[in-house]
Amino acid sequence: MTHHVVAIKVYLGVFAALMLLMAATIGAAYFDLGLINNVVALTIAIAKTSLIMLYFMHLRYSSRLTQIFALVGFLFLVILVAFTLSDYLTRGDFSTIAPTLGNPYDPLGE
Amino acid sequence: MSDSHASALAHHFTDMDQQIEANTLGMWIFLVTEVMFFSGMFLLYIIYRGAYYQEFAEASHHLDIYLSTTNTIVLLCSSLTMALAVRSVQLGQRKAAVTFLFLTLLLGLTFLGIKGLEYYHKYEDHLIPGSGFMYEGEANPQYAQLFFVLYFVMTGFHGLHMIIGAGVVIYFIIRVWQRAFPPENYVPVEMLGLYWHFVDIVWVFLFPLLYLIGGLHS
Repeated sequence: MTHHVVAIKVYLGVFAALMLLMAATIGAAYFDLGLINNVVALTIAIAKTSLIMLYFMHLRYSSRLTQIFALVGFLFLVILVAFTLSDYLTRGDFSTIAPTLGNPYDPLGE
Repeated sequence: MSDSHASALAHHFTDMDQQIEANTLGMWIFLVTEVMFFSGMFLLYIIYRGAYYQEFAEASHHLDIYLSTTNTIVLLCSSLTMALAVRSVQLGQRKAAVTFLFLTLLLGLTFLGIKGLEYYHKYEDHLIPGSGFMYEGEANPQYAQLFFVLYFVMTGFHGLHMIIGAGVVIYFIIRVWQRAFPPENYVPVEMLGLYWHFVDIVWVFLFPLLYLIGGLHS
């Protein structure tokens, strides 16, 4: 079970898919889609991560316990981001909430 | 459990399957802590990115898209060679394993070299945060500086992981050459692979977030 040798064809296929996804993420940046750009870029990044984790990191052939541990890391990441943003995004205009920074060449306003 | 496993099997494990499972799980727990380590920086980035949306987009145009795309390709190639190195060890192909590990090392060092070149360009352009920071653009220089702080901290920590990874790869090249990892004891090399792929994944997110956010249009 843990000693699973993956065929070279699979590795090369995953590598080709990663290259295509990289080309796609760069290609998408040439289109001005507003906020959608971020969604596209992150979706492609998550797809690439899934491929790397499943095949290069052999998660697909790992035990269920290992798979759960690997996913829990990202679950914590989602909790961290979602709870923090649920605070920031519900306090009104985002740009006025972050600390206001002064003139870098005159930090004390003198 | 056969006798050939005896040398690889630590005395506190019942058999190789149990040892492999424990090693793999332990490594993944370490990687989860690494995910959390980078999460803090990504969260910081997301919040400031939301707050200073236009400023960050403009500042990101000062980064080099060609060098970073090259680096992305280099790093993905290194992940492939690392996966093939692990496979070679599993199959007992020692020379192939050493070759693939060596290729991985070369690609890793290429990445670091290109990264260094990028940093040098930022130094020349006075874009390193601090008293020497000079920003020419429409955005408030202070917000642009914040972008470069995040850029250097995030790519810096990623680069540090690459340097550590390259060091460990050198150690493994020597150990594999010395026949320290027969097929039944391939797991240490697999653990190195997990680490290397993790560092690759961090870059998979850094690349669009830092280099592509401003868009390549216009």
